[in-house]
Amino acid sequence: MAKVTIDGIEIEVPEGTTILQAARLIGPEVAPPAMCYHSKVKTSGGYCRTCLVEVSKGSEKDPRPMPKLVPSCRTTVMDGMEVSNFTSKKVVDARKSIVEFLLINHPLDCPICDQAGECHLQDLSYENGSAKTRTDFERRTFNKIDIGNNIQLHMTRCILCYRCVKVAEQITDGRVHGVINRGDHAEISTYVAQAIDNDFSGNVIDVCPVGALTDKTFRFKSRVWFTKPMQAHRDCDKCSGKVNLWYKGEEVLRGTGRKDQWGEIEEFICNTCRFDKKKTSDWVVEKPASISHQSVISANHYEVFTKPTEFKINIVKTLPIEEKTN
Amino acid sequence: MGRKILLKHINEPGIQGYETYRRIGGYASVEKAVKTMTPDAIVEEVKKSGLRGRGGAGFPTGMKWSFLAKPEGVNRYLVCNADESEPGTFKDRYLMEKIPHLLIEGMITSSFALGAHTSYIYIRGEYFYIVNILEKAIEEAYANGWLGKNILGTGYDLDLYVHVGAGAYICGEETALLESLEGKRGNPRIKPPFPAIKGLWGCPTVVNNVETIASVVSIVNDGGDAYAALGIGRSTGTKLISASGHINKPGVYEIEMGITVEDFIYSDEYCGGILNGKKLKAVVAGGSSVPILPAELILKTANGEKRLMSYEGLSDGGFATGTMLGSGGFIVMDETTNIVQNLYTFARFYHHESCGQCSPCREGTAWMEKIMHKILHGHGTLADVDLLWEIQSKIEGNTICPLGDAAAWPVASAIRHFRSEFEEYVKNPESIKEVNHLYNTQLA
Ligand SMILES: Cc1cc2nc3c(=O)[nH]c(=O)nc-3n(C[C@H](O)[C@H](O)[C@H](O)COP(=O)(O)O)c2cc1C
Ligand code: SF4
Ligand code: FES
Repeated sequence: MAKVTIDGIEIEVPEGTTILQAARLIGPEVAPPAMCYHSKVKTSGGYCRTCLVEVSKGSEKDPRPMPKLVPSCRTTVMDGMEVSNFTSKKVVDARKSIVEFLLINHPLDCPICDQAGECHLQDLSYENGSAKTRTDFERRTFNKIDIGNNIQLHMTRCILCYRCVKVAEQITDGRVHGVINRGDHAEISTYVAQAIDNDFSGNVIDVCPVGALTDKTFRFKSRVWFTKPMQAHRDCDKCSGKVNLWYKGEEVLRGTGRKDQWGEIEEFICNTCRFDKKKTSDWVVEKPASISHQSVISANHYEVFTKPTEFKINIVKTLPIEEKTN
Repeated sequence: MGRKILLKHINEPGIQGYETYRRIGGYASVEKAVKTMTPDAIVEEVKKSGLRGRGGAGFPTGMKWSFLAKPEGVNRYLVCNADESEPGTFKDRYLMEKIPHLLIEGMITSSFALGAHTSYIYIRGEYFYIVNILEKAIEEAYANGWLGKNILGTGYDLDLYVHVGAGAYICGEETALLESLEGKRGNPRIKPPFPAIKGLWGCPTVVNNVETIASVVSIVNDGGDAYAALGIGRSTGTKLISASGHINKPGVYEIEMGITVEDFIYSDEYCGGILNGKKLKAVVAGGSSVPILPAELILKTANGEKRLMSYEGLSDGGFATGTMLGSGGFIVMDETTNIVQNLYTFARFYHHESCGQCSPCREGTAWMEKIMHKILHGHGTLADVDLLWEIQSKIEGNTICPLGDAAAWPVASAIRHFRSEFEEYVKNPESIKEVNHLYNTQLA
């Protein structure tokens, strides 16, 4: 086990845990935002740099601070490590710039984007960004591309988190989905727009943190906050069959995987469960899905998540949270 | 004349070919290494020599070699970085073109020291004509028993391949290079793990620059101490400098570390002074990525001492008043040079070459180019100059690989030392357009 202190709160975690995972075990008050890391996607993380933190003490053995900010999602804890996240001005400033970088080419078309309301970039900007923009250059745009019958890629909104690329690599066979071109011309592509024809391709929609990959069966049907997620399951020979059904009145508008407290999918589901089973009679409906009370979707309801309890959390000292410089 | 090691025989007629190279003592280091030395003893000599990586970062080579993991039954690899794409740097090209066997010899000796049985030279696609030169040299080395199975009857096997990149600056970053060598998109890897632990195909790997590997030959032949006797302080040995810009004699020079910058620019042995008797304005001393310095700071340090051509000499004063030796791409600018235009060229380069994985570099490099373009076309404001400063400061240190830093430093240093030119450009674009009439027609 390794003891690590994050923003003044100490926690003991198994060796090999990343700083981000340790912070999440303590809770949202110290957990850095993560746009490209996804707990269920192997080798994800490291790209977006929103989770950068400051390591002011490397470990008990080697107490030197780390010279640069480090991506918490790809840095493992060491015994005795001390980390500052929201309590470091350097981190808060850097993160504000990262948000700015992610937004300078983003279309900001939330009013017509299906992801609005469950978009990680919206949350990130709201919590860490600035209200003003410092650029009036033309933004980068791409044409929309259909990836098969049910998925649409709207590259203009993409933040190049690489999550979908990795999902395509890891859970679908015969990889046809990747990144072409370089730098700010880089784009997600299915190489000559080949359709991904695979039972699990729909999961790229769930891992996309923004509205770049959307479910065509749900497009423009409703704002998400007018729908109610219900946990449901069915016997499926391809996947666990455990989904969230998003209801508007009696009608099932879409099916998605179930997301955890951090907005990350718990289990990948197959395309049949996602796109084809849109009748209540296809499902055993369990109960309302848990939605974070901060989410606009929870305006209608229900319960909040409970924190894990198996880890000992010690409040060592309370540090002041850095003022956001606006 | 300064002592030469790498380019000593460069003017020998026929040195490109095996016969001549062998006649002047070529491949002696291989013989000495495989027949009379243990791999560890070679690593020791390299440590003693004080040799530091010539690819840009200047990391001690002996130390890098001793970090190489050696798990039982796992292959190890040596990869030579011949991607040489840093603007202003063309020394590896010269060395490989003129005296290819020196690199091949260095590769064999170094591979033996590291226990590698397969080694690669990763060369940039634009050097296609050098590929042929290297392949011919490798063929000759095989034919004469320096490569292949059971080298010189010692039981040591080594195969050497040349791999041609497709022409990307980023593939010079060592982990992007390894990805590319594996046949994938050349994206830098997220570190750790470092190549010494997990490199090519997940195996322990050393990546070294062409010049670094070529330097190993003389270290093995004459001993680490003899090499360390050259140079100054922790900058031992000689260094190839690619000199370009407004000088009388552009070219590749081998210098002994520690000569003065002034000597290098003005003496007839090297650059031969500024072209057309003009005055020196600024120098980018180590390839496009390192901070630009104005004449007064490149010739003398902030303390008023003569600045030396060495790792420590060039970095004296930190980034406030110093720069870096980098890869030794020495770009000289005379008094007519427009720093703003020059910076725009660099900004365009880094934007073009960013791999696009991490957001600060992908978005930041593009943004900086756009702002530079705006300033250059007379639409800039003072706020734009401040914004440029702010953007570079937020890229630096926050990216996956050092390309982000490399894109930030030229901007930071140009503003730090030549802010008044940016302000002039912003306030009075017309006057400057006049002066730079030629350049502007190209831009339009
Ligand atoms: C963007 C980028 C480009 C690079 N290009 C080169 C190159 O063309 N040649 C080179 O030898 N090193 C290059 N490097 C440095 C390598 O990553 C690596 O440090 C070097 O090859 C190690 O060899 P050395 O220790 O012998 O210098 C580059 C680094 C970066 C970040
Ligand atoms: S710094 Fe630039 S080149 Fe390096 S990984 Fe990030 S985007 Fe790619
Ligand atoms: S979440 Fe860690 S870098 Fe993106």
